[in-house]
Amino acid sequence: MSQNYYQKEIETMSREEMKKLQSEKLVKQVKHVYENVPYYKNLMDEKGVKPEDIKGIDDLHKLPFLSKADLRDAYPYGLLAKPLEDCVRIHSTSGTTGRRVVAFYTQNDVDLWEDCCARAIVAAGGSNKDVCQVAYGYGLFTGGAGLHGGSHKVGCLTLPMSSGNTDRQIQFMEDLKATILCCTPSYAAYIGESLKEQGYKPEDIPLKAGIFGAEPWTEEMRRGIEETLGIKAYDIYGLTETSGPGVAFECSEQTGMHVNEDHFYAEIIDPDTGEVLPEGSKGELVFTALDKEAFPLLRYRTRDICVLTRKECSCGRTLVKMAKPMGRTDDMLIIRGVNVFPSQIETVLLKEGYEPNYQIVVDRVNNNDTFEVNVEMTPEKFTDKVSDILSMEKSLANAMKIMLGINPTVHLVAPKSIARSEGKAVRVVDKRKLI
Amino acid sequence: MSIKQLTVFVENKQGAVIPITEILSENNINIRALSIAETEDFGILRLIVNDVDAAEKMLKEAGYLIKVTDVVGVKIGDAPGKLTEALKVLSENKINLEYLYAFMARTERHAYVVLRVEDNDLAMKALTTSGFHIITEADVDKL
Repeated sequence: MSQNYYQKEIETMSREEMKKLQSEKLVKQVKHVYENVPYYKNLMDEKGVKPEDIKGIDDLHKLPFLSKADLRDAYPYGLLAKPLEDCVRIHSTSGTTGRRVVAFYTQNDVDLWEDCCARAIVAAGGSNKDVCQVAYGYGLFTGGAGLHGGSHKVGCLTLPMSSGNTDRQIQFMEDLKATILCCTPSYAAYIGESLKEQGYKPEDIPLKAGIFGAEPWTEEMRRGIEETLGIKAYDIYGLTETSGPGVAFECSEQTGMHVNEDHFYAEIIDPDTGEVLPEGSKGELVFTALDKEAFPLLRYRTRDICVLTRKECSCGRTLVKMAKPMGRTDDMLIIRGVNVFPSQIETVLLKEGYEPNYQIVVDRVNNNDTFEVNVEMTPEKFTDKVSDILSMEKSLANAMKIMLGINPTVHLVAPKSIARSEGKAVRVVDKRKLI
Repeated sequence: MSIKQLTVFVENKQGAVIPITEILSENNINIRALSIAETEDFGILRLIVNDVDAAEKMLKEAGYLIKVTDVVGVKIGDAPGKLTEALKVLSENKINLEYLYAFMARTERHAYVVLRVEDNDLAMKALTTSGFHIITEADVDKL
């Protein structure tokens, strides 16, 4: 298969040239952050690191880490490195004030992010002859905006569908001859099932490729989607903290994702010691934004467990490759593409007058995540009327939906019925087999 | 006067009611009437017993969620159409019925109905006015 690149020079750059480029960008970036982000300046001062100490990418390990806790402390403007009048956009994750990530973008930031997504679309075989159906959610979520922008850059005819309304998705797909579909893998699987139910065969629709991300998915799921939709399915990775999808993307080889390392430098560290691990080691993935202006996180700990490799790739790209994340170092769950922390459930329960005795049960049924929360009934809330208890379940589910952005099914259960191991309740039961 | 109903939250799993009835029998507590309402997630066991206070104490100690609610116990003739008569009284007085269950006494040829309504006093007054006999805690003991 002949290879096309969106930015060939960068994507196939030699290791030495890339290192030089990264080094130049890093030196400039550290200076920019030190001068404009007092929060990070303090961290550097505490560590005794000055911008002059960073002479190239090999000095990166000297810089302090940033974590989700820093984002919480600095919310909302504490890590902003540009005046607000230079910013043109924000995106955000769902969640409470403390858990919510609000990222800022200058026009240059939006451009480089869209370039990253464009590289992903071209790597999936996209060009200006394609019709790109973006069925990620539009809005604060980065999925819709990122792929939408990338699709424009490539010159695809863009269908800004957003997520949901599957019948309309299918109608547009057929009538306007969509060739590339961008959405979460579970939604792609759902669209595939719906097409099948409506009597479509894969050859009835012109789709040829899909770019699917924002949630964990397996090789089995990939094969299932490829079969029902008659396409090649490509993975894409990103997080709001770094910009959004497109930080890394899959190529024709489908054996891991190339990291857009001219913009986002990836490291693997030992999550306990913080020590940088050699290529091929499994550890926590850390990203440094090399040229983002408004929200340039340096050494941001993603909490994703991952492996990086520099093996030669048949697609010709020299960009370092990351494996699919193999788990988390914290208790964050990704359910239907949304980040969920158990502590958010706890917050809702306390606010609604329940004890924080709960268990989250996640499963994947027909390629869709199920999300159930068992909550122990309290003596104060208990009543003899079934209808009252059912409406308590409903209103709890609603409060959780407001907090998380996705709808759980809430079950009120008997006190002390939630499984405890060594006296500690098991808070999360994830039955999905994703790795 | 209303009577006391004991409500127990029951897990929706096999044999969940057995320990409850065991505790009652071990403490010599007699069940006069009961009903279970079930949902996908849980069951709600409602009991009329001869010693509510003791039953409440024992079940609470065993870790059960308990609620004691005042309900209306009404005596109706053991003949077709008698329940309808009583329900019509409630309906005519615009009294909403949450749920009901019935039981028979060992000694007399009478049926009894336990009624859960919003306003017990209103229901009792309406039923008494229409000639129904409302049972009391003391009556429950003797049934």
